[in-house]
Amino acid sequence: MADGVRTGPSTVRLLMVTVPILVLLGFLPRLVDPYQTVLLTYGLAMAIAALGFNLLLGYTGLLSFGHSAYFGAGAYTVAFIVRDLGVQSMELCILGGLIGTVLVAALFGFVCVRHTRIFFGILTLALSQVLWSLAYKFFWITGGTDGIRVAYAKLTLLGGTINFAGPGSYQRFVHNYYYYVLAIFVISTFIMWVIVHSPFGKALQAIRDNEVRAGFIGIPVRRYRWVAFVISGAFTGLAGILWVPLNGLTTPDILYWPFSGEIVFMTVLGGFRTFTGPIVGAVVFNYLKTYAVASTEYWQLLLGLVLVILVMVLPTGISGTLARVWAKIAGRNS
Amino acid sequence: MTIFIIQLLNAFFYAAVLFLIAAGLSLIYGVMRIVNLAHGTLYALGAYVSAWAVGGAFGTAVSGQIGLAGLFLILPIGAIAIAALGAVIEPTLLRPLYKRPEEYHLLVTFGLLMILEDMMKLLFGGTPLTAGAIMDTMGSFPIGGLIYPRYNILVIAVGLLAAIGLWWFIYRTRFGVILRATSQDRRMAAALGINVGRVYVQAFAIGCFMAGLGGAVVVPAQAAVLGMGVEALILAFVVVVIGGLGSLEGALVGALIVSLVRTAGIQFFAEIELAVLYLIATIVLIVRPTGLFGRA
Repeated sequence: MADGVRTGPSTVRLLMVTVPILVLLGFLPRLVDPYQTVLLTYGLAMAIAALGFNLLLGYTGLLSFGHSAYFGAGAYTVAFIVRDLGVQSMELCILGGLIGTVLVAALFGFVCVRHTRIFFGILTLALSQVLWSLAYKFFWITGGTDGIRVAYAKLTLLGGTINFAGPGSYQRFVHNYYYYVLAIFVISTFIMWVIVHSPFGKALQAIRDNEVRAGFIGIPVRRYRWVAFVISGAFTGLAGILWVPLNGLTTPDILYWPFSGEIVFMTVLGGFRTFTGPIVGAVVFNYLKTYAVASTEYWQLLLGLVLVILVMVLPTGISGTLARVWAKIAGRNS
Repeated sequence: MTIFIIQLLNAFFYAAVLFLIAAGLSLIYGVMRIVNLAHGTLYALGAYVSAWAVGGAFGTAVSGQIGLAGLFLILPIGAIAIAALGAVIEPTLLRPLYKRPEEYHLLVTFGLLMILEDMMKLLFGGTPLTAGAIMDTMGSFPIGGLIYPRYNILVIAVGLLAAIGLWWFIYRTRFGVILRATSQDRRMAAALGINVGRVYVQAFAIGCFMAGLGGAVVVPAQAAVLGMGVEALILAFVVVVIGGLGSLEGALVGALIVSLVRTAGIQFFAEIELAVLYLIATIVLIVRPTGLFGRA
């Protein structure tokens, strides 16, 4: 059970797991080539998106099929403020992008939380497609299918102390941006950990398990769902913001609904019943997709097969399966 | 005036195709409570199979001997192939999941979508396929000072016939009674001796047949291209959301509304044409979540 911030041994065990992983992540760029570093940066950004998504699916019990909207809202807001306002500081981009995402998520969420189950899914999907069609059709603003180019060289990190002008800038960008994303990933994970273990997080889980009873004990169900929706959207938007300098181009693809499907996919791959599942799923999915795309023209077929087999055979995902195997081994030893 | 009539006919043409897709989606949801995300892709696959049969090497080779009537006999191959595919998909992929939460239904059909999209690319390649020979042979007729293809009128007729046929099938036949009973209470139907498993296969195959038929009738007028399924699914969603998931009348009315708005949109407000459709669906979901004709 991932419940309760227990004191003593549990915290120690948590540190025993997280500290080595963080140390490994910190040294990784020195051990592997820049390409692997870029891949991992993508993976960490997507992990933030999946974490946010899972606040709705895993903790509130709402399956959104429109999270591309918030990823795209973050990404497009950054692209707009870099292109039209000439902003260079990445921190300002994050701030602006988050404001944009929260506005969109608050509006869409207000509408969507009136429904649950399948209607919630369809509603989120329909609304995300409104954004997609606007990005697709208003090409004189959004660049249409060409998208908007955002060059990493124009951006600066940490209030201008790190810039990417001059020779060898791409290597420096890869290196520095990895640590930048890693830091934000660690902070986001910590915040999400606090949220799901707070009384608010517990209330969300109560709503997930029994909406009627949660209402009876005085939880304002719809308002809590709305707040969860906005937080979830903000995390996914943050991932979209961090993704922009990496990708260098914002296109309507990230607003199209199959991209929402990918976010669902990575969360289920990792396991949506655990806190760490979405993180594992996002990083693994990113490698899986990259290698599938590199090795075959028919990568969708490969990923589709993985998804179908996953749903049929391992519905608890990577984390859930590992936890079960671990529990079996531990049970045998004791 | 002429333009108006032509645009109206275009809208009915779209409505006929959309109805075929949406009715299948709605039927499958109505009977087994599964939202099939791969439904649009099944429509696209039907289009590809029919275009391959009629416009490919085989169709071109035999078209001299069998003439137009013969080509019409080949055209529904897409629909039959998709129905057969559906009869395989339901027992293997969907049946094990009925007891699980509906998230898993969406996921498995999303996986199926990814698989089928690439199967299409693998089997038929990236170049658009068309069965234009049928449309060319049928020619066109004059409206006012302009001409309009006869084939489009035929598609409208097919859409109408399908609507009437499906209505008759569901409300006037013994199998329709069984289908409705299973859809209302699966366990009670099973207790009354109905083989629910078989009804599910049949319902899913019929739904897939409708999608495949939509693909088959569209392909003489428009080429089958990659990505057409993903787009069609969203439009079919808008249709069933407006009309009501699981409702046949809803699918018909929804298809008409969507097609009329789309046609008007292309004429008058091209940039926000799609956005308006999604917004209509959203408003319907807020005001009347079960759609115009939905009951549940």
